[in-house]
Amino acid sequence: MNQPRSDAASAQAPAPHTADVVMSASGLVKRYGNVVAISESDFEIHAGEVLAVVGDNGAGKSSLIKALTGALVPDAGTIELDGRQIHFHGPRDARAAGIETVYQTLAVAPQMDIATNLFLGRPLRREGFLGSGLRMLDHKKMRTQAAEQLDRLGIATIQDITQLVGTLSGGQRQAVAVARAAMFGTRLIIMDEPTAALGVRESRQVLDLITRIRDRGVPVVLISHDMPQVFEIADRIHVHRLGRRVAVVSPRTCTMTEVVGLMTGALQMGADGTLLESTTQHMPDEKATSHRPPESPE
Amino acid sequence: MTTTHTSPATPEAPATRPPAKSLLARLVGNAAAGPLAALVIAVIVFALTTDTFFNIDNGSLIVEQFLVVGTLALGQTLIILTAGIDLANAAIMVLGTLVIAKLGQHSLPGGLALLVGVLLCTAIGAVSGTLVTRLRLPPFIVTLGVLSVLTATGQLFANGESFGVSSGVLTFLGKRSYLFGQIEVTNGMGVAIVLIVGLWFLLTQTSWGRNVYAVGDDEEAARLTGINTRRTLLSVYVLAGFVYGIAAWQALGRIPNADPNAFQTGNLDSITAVVIGGTSLFGGRGGIPGTVLGALVVTVLTNGLTQAGIDSLYQQVATGILVIVAVAVDRVVRRRAA
Ligand SMILES: Nc1ncnc2c1ncn2[C@@H]1O[C@H](COP(=O)(O)OP(=O)(O)O)[C@@H](O)[C@H]1O
Ligand SMILES: [Mg+2]
Repeated sequence: MNQPRSDAASAQAPAPHTADVVMSASGLVKRYGNVVAISESDFEIHAGEVLAVVGDNGAGKSSLIKALTGALVPDAGTIELDGRQIHFHGPRDARAAGIETVYQTLAVAPQMDIATNLFLGRPLRREGFLGSGLRMLDHKKMRTQAAEQLDRLGIATIQDITQLVGTLSGGQRQAVAVARAAMFGTRLIIMDEPTAALGVRESRQVLDLITRIRDRGVPVVLISHDMPQVFEIADRIHVHRLGRRVAVVSPRTCTMTEVVGLMTGALQMGADGTLLESTTQHMPDEKATSHRPPESPE
Repeated sequence: MTTTHTSPATPEAPATRPPAKSLLARLVGNAAAGPLAALVIAVIVFALTTDTFFNIDNGSLIVEQFLVVGTLALGQTLIILTAGIDLANAAIMVLGTLVIAKLGQHSLPGGLALLVGVLLCTAIGAVSGTLVTRLRLPPFIVTLGVLSVLTATGQLFANGESFGVSSGVLTFLGKRSYLFGQIEVTNGMGVAIVLIVGLWFLLTQTSWGRNVYAVGDDEEAARLTGINTRRTLLSVYVLAGFVYGIAAWQALGRIPNADPNAFQTGNLDSITAVVIGGTSLFGGRGGIPGTVLGALVVTVLTNGLTQAGIDSLYQQVATGILVIVAVAVDRVVRRRAA
């Protein structure tokens, strides 16, 4: 589907070699009654990159990543991981494949402590028969590892890992969800607005963490509204509008204004990767939506 | 980030060390502090105001009186922890006693009759659980329907009769013996202890228990972290059904006669015990120790007020007030942790 092409003069992100694709999707569709949350969208993330996904509220970014992580089952479309088609039946399958997600809702249990939340869905069991036969939990090991992990990540000032997550601030909760993803993600980490509730310093820590995760070889999908943030750490930017990917651009050859233009429909990406003024920007238009994403051959 | 404090013996950084908790606090958990206080106060008040309350024999009696509703409350706890509710538990148990007694009278050896009865209760739990997880119906509605169906079924099955059971396996739990020559105990107490410890173990020490709490706390979060929420919920209803089967056995041990009209308020009594025990009706918080204490509080109140010669209507007033206090406390705690 995705053929390598190079177009150095355009704003379009250079498409890397197909072999580098870690996860890809094409033609994804998800409807909620009359609402089309994902409208024949494509997606692609490559090895060793931070891919930012930007788009207006309601553009369908969260729905897209939920489809990728098994949290929702798309009505149509295909998803590939490492070149092989996959069918996740639930978040458990994605986690088993090494894909970790920080959902926008965080997916934390408020009445459980931090350590328990870090190991939710994949608890550590005791060694030997106690663990395999009686399925006993190793509370102590989980607490110890949770404390170590939070210290190592350095993304939160949390004093007591037995504190209930419901008693944490919004930012601290986000830090717990990010820590959990960083802890278990071996193939791909997806973060849906992970810095939305964070202060300047905490956001910085999460951004540093994302860079470190990428540098240790795990690609990261970052959904964010914060343009300076996106331009600072993204290797490529996936622009989402009205349920689908409308462009993939490089932050090095593109300006923030242009990306915002693509998000709102004021700009469109031409087949050759150049940006054009849209004439019908106020209509949720045939033109913009029928536009093929730049990396698909026309 | 490595800290200079870290050494192999103490891998936790000082900043994230869990606080030391007293043994008692760890055993019962904070949720059970309220019912424990209520129990202690009730015991002290009755010990001071009546001559007949505070002695070993009455203690044994209280525990015996606790057994049936206490066992129902154990199953109820599992379901309430998942933010559900079971209105049918006593009806399931009563049907269990009827089936066990009738089969035991005529056709089957006692042990086999018991097995059939317990399996029937477990199967009914499975039906409720399937309706809750597959049709996504609210547990209140499902168990209200099951209650209605089973109450009628019990009456039709009994056809105006009640069934006595003769000795043997079926009355085994009512058999008495004496510890140290003076403390009266029944086999039912032993079975209750095994059940209490077993359920406590499952809920607090195993990954299954973790999943039960997680599903009750936030079902969608549990699902997103890869927990099989449907299977967890279904297993809770099945296990609760099994516990109601044991409650049927306990009931036959207390009174060796299966009566379709017995335990008509057993469902509400068990909910009362669970709620007084500090388990949250919103799910995800509470547990077995609290329920044991809650059921004991209710039993002690009934027993003590009787000993004090106070009209049983006041017992209902007292438990009613306790329930409201317990739920109010729960709301306050919940608001703080959300
Ligand atoms: N569970 C749902 N039920 C109904 N509509 C939904 C649901 N989830 C998302 N939507 C709708 O799908 C569209 C895309 O939502 P979402 O993926 O959350 O967008 P974004 O993350 O880009 O803000 C919105 O119109 C939203 O209202
Ligand atoms: Mg979103």
